[in-house]
Formats: sequence, structure tokens, C-alpha cells
Amino acid sequence: MSGQELGLAIAVFLACSVEAVEALTIVLAVGATRSWSSALSGVGAAAVALAAIVAALGPALTALPIGVLRVAVGGLLLVFGLQWLRKAILRASGLKAVHDEAAIFAEEAEAARAAAREQGAFDGYSFAIAFKGVLLEGLEVAFIVLTFGANQHHVGIAAAAAAVAVALVVLAGVAARAPLARVPENTLKFAVGIMLTSFGTFWGAEGAGATWPGGDAALLAIIPSLAVLSLTTVALLHRSAGDRAGAVESIHA
Amino acid sequence: MSRLSAVALAIWDFVVGDDWRVALGVAVAIAVTALVADTSVAAWWVLPVAVVALLADSLRRAAGR
Repeated sequence: MSGQELGLAIAVFLACSVEAVEALTIVLAVGATRSWSSALSGVGAAAVALAAIVAALGPALTALPIGVLRVAVGGLLLVFGLQWLRKAILRASGLKAVHDEAAIFAEEAEAARAAAREQGAFDGYSFAIAFKGVLLEGLEVAFIVLTFGANQHHVGIAAAAAAVAVALVVLAGVAARAPLARVPENTLKFAVGIMLTSFGTFWGAEGAGATWPGGDAALLAIIPSLAVLSLTTVALLHRSAGDRAGAVESIHA
Repeated sequence: MSRLSAVALAIWDFVVGDDWRVALGVAVAIAVTALVADTSVAAWWVLPVAVVALLADSLRRAAGR
């Protein structure tokens, strides 16, 4: 397995794990408080919809010329990656609330209890919430699997990494019978943001006609450089947020 | 809101996210890379520089809110 293939598998695995944890929380909340059968029907319907989207878009993507594909994929991965990275940096520096699966579970469960319920075996609310949760979280994963996989002609590796991630999260969820609050979700999101942004930078430039010094090995410089830059930014933002809080305290003292 | 505009809004939100300037900046940076690549000057540095600038600008605006 080449370095790029390994990077692809790691990026997809991490991204998929994070999205699967978020989807699992939603399904657990409606399943545990209302109806497991309806919630699981929603999961099944979302999986079918996602499979249809992948089946429709996959061949279309792989049919594109490699230059066009790299520009499109690089650009989209960059936009996605910068969004993930920005949120992860803001969370790590304390400027944005950290994603808390236990709190989200409690909120979803409360909403599920409060929602009206009709008589009958099928619960439309559980179905709709589980369907929407899995579809929305899954779309991002499907997009990452397709773009990464198509660009390297390794949709199989990307799909396998995604499947392993989902299987592990579901098994952990079934074992714990609770939201996976101990998964270091924000750290994973940080890593995914760095990977997506790095690959997006690499492919976007290549697709636009640039040649990287050292070829594929340039990724070995881009990924750690971006990681160091991001961690330094977190430290600077953290310190500036602390200074601001200190100044406010001294005014009120 | 019609169903079509709701779908368009969802796609916009999915792809562009909450900072449209980043998406626009990425598009401009890729176009500049292509223009520089057509000359005799190396073009690989354009996107890394753009990424640092876009991330810094987006964070500065988010942190200032």
C-alpha cells in the first residue's frame, strides 16, 4: 500500500468514525425513548438512499478526466477541510463549544419524549429523525469516500475504510448501549480537517497544472506543516482568549 | 420556500458551509495556480499560501464575533 493510499484510508476511517458517532447518538436517542423498530427502519431507508447516491455519482466521477477530477476534488476537499479545521481550532482554543455527545443525546431524547405520538406500531417521528440523522451524517462520508476514492482510483479502499469505521462504532454503541461520549471526537475532527485540507491542497494544485517538488512526497511536508500551524494557532487563540477573560475579570474586580 | 429552493439551499449549505469567503477564496486560489502554472514560474506554492491566509482570515472573523 502506497503512502497516498494509506493516507486515503486513514482520512476516510477517521472522518467516517466521527460521522458514525454523531449518527449513532441520534438513532440511540429516538430508539431508546420511542421505537427501536421505527428508528432502525429509518436507518435502513437512509442506507438505501446513500447507496443510491453513491451508485449514481460514483461512475460519473470516475469518468471525468484526471485533471478535471483533481481540480474539482481538490477544491471541494479544501473547502470541506478548511471548514472542519476552522471549527476544530475554535473548539480546541475554547472559542466554540466542544461537541458533547452526552448532551446531544439528552437533548434529542427530551425532544423525542415531548413529540406527539400516534397510535400504532409504526412511529413516524423515530423513523424521520433516524433517517435524517443517518442521511445527513452519511452524505458527508459518502462524499469523502467518493472523492478520495475516485481521485486515486481506489474507491474500494475508501469504502472498506468507511465500512470498518461504521462497524466499529456500531459495535461499540451496541456494547455500551449509550452515546459514545468518550470518543475523542474533537481530536478526530482536528485530524480529519488537517488530512482533508492537505490532500485538497495537493490535488487542487496538481489539477491546476502545478508540479510539487518531490512529487507525492510533498504530502509528507504538507500534512505535518499544517498540523504544526494549526496547533500553534490553537495555542495563540487560547492565550488571547485567556488574556481577554483576565482583562474582563480585572475590570470587574 | 419551494422544494427546489430548499434543495438548492441544502446543497449550498452542505458544500459552502458557514463561511462563503473560504469557498470563494479556494476557487480564486485554484484559478491563480492555473494561471501561474501556464508561465515559467513554479505554481505549487500558491495554494499553501492561500490556505494559510484563508484559514487565518476565517478564524480572525470567527474569534472576533
